[in-house]
Amino acid sequence: MTSKNHSRSLVIIPAYNEEKRIAAVVAGVRAAVPGAGIVVINDRSRDGTAAAARRAGAIVISHPFNMGYGVAVQTGYKYALANHYDFLVQLDADGQHDPACIPDLLAPVVTGSTDVAIGSRFLGKSYNPPLARRVAMALFRRIVFLATGKFLTDTTSGYQAFNRNVIRFFATDIFPVDYPDADMLITLHRAGFRMTEVPVRMFENSEGKSMHGGLKPVYYMYKMLLSIGVTLMRSRVKTNKLSNPCATTRTS
Amino acid sequence: MLESQKIFALITCCLVFAYIVNLVRTRKLHEEYSVLWLVTSLLMFILVLRYEWLVSITRLIGAGLPTTTLFLCSIIFLTLAAVQFSIKISHLTDQVKNLAQENALLRAEVSQTSANPGPEKDSK
Repeated sequence: MTSKNHSRSLVIIPAYNEEKRIAAVVAGVRAAVPGAGIVVINDRSRDGTAAAARRAGAIVISHPFNMGYGVAVQTGYKYALANHYDFLVQLDADGQHDPACIPDLLAPVVTGSTDVAIGSRFLGKSYNPPLARRVAMALFRRIVFLATGKFLTDTTSGYQAFNRNVIRFFATDIFPVDYPDADMLITLHRAGFRMTEVPVRMFENSEGKSMHGGLKPVYYMYKMLLSIGVTLMRSRVKTNKLSNPCATTRTS
Repeated sequence: MLESQKIFALITCCLVFAYIVNLVRTRKLHEEYSVLWLVTSLLMFILVLRYEWLVSITRLIGAGLPTTTLFLCSIIFLTLAAVQFSIKISHLTDQVKNLAQENALLRAEVSQTSANPGPEKDSK
């Protein structure tokens, strides 16, 4: 992929209290896809994440208060839409997602062979998640297969790339900002988008931080099963009828 | 139903009705949220006056006493009110999220524009 192509791509990094690691992630992204836009969505961190990201050369969008991972990535989608980017890659700010895999993830989207590329830790050389997580992943893998007929190995991967049509789709209220995972994949499939998996490398979180701590796994399972159920009950979304949610935002 | 019970119920209905109307009058409560309260207090008022209707409803739903029917109505009303608030809170949550995102995007745009002043905004 050439640098010219990268200029049409945006890499979004939702971040919360990642002051220590954000600079290395931004540098890794810049080395992997020179010329691509890099946006860090600072979800009201209590440390110096915003300043560190800015020093590393990223554009920083700061939420006025903490709203969670899903809202942060959607802010990135809205930025990409308003600024006419054609392709988008999202990766975590904690260094779990290896930025060196971005070109591989972007390639099928840029060539038009798919609308969404999902980075799979199970197809690449990655860490092995804990048993409880693997069981949940296997359950959602099965549900996604039954609902879509597609066998996706990593239905909870947040390392993804997609094209402008998907960006527009996700910038609306259709996007499930509360843990966007398997339900989102089913929604995408039902909306007619093509999905494919790409092997990526993911590392274990060195500080052991997780969005799935405390009682959150219980809520996560409840929310995901309910969300998948109602997603299947809803009528299919006509993507061409979606309005531009950023119509009032000026663009560069 | 004892006369004293009837009088107490009627006074309560009237007080709730007057209180809700006053809240709307002083713009402390939107008309939208007054509907359930006013309809319920009116319904209770009618059922107390037309006690035979309350007895018929009690027989229809298989409750033991007319007062049980009234309590049941109260619980249904409170459930409906709670659901109405949950719907509204969900809607407001979406609106706050969209506003906060818009605010964050505009602030980023303003800081980018101030950092790179020029005849045209930098484009990708």
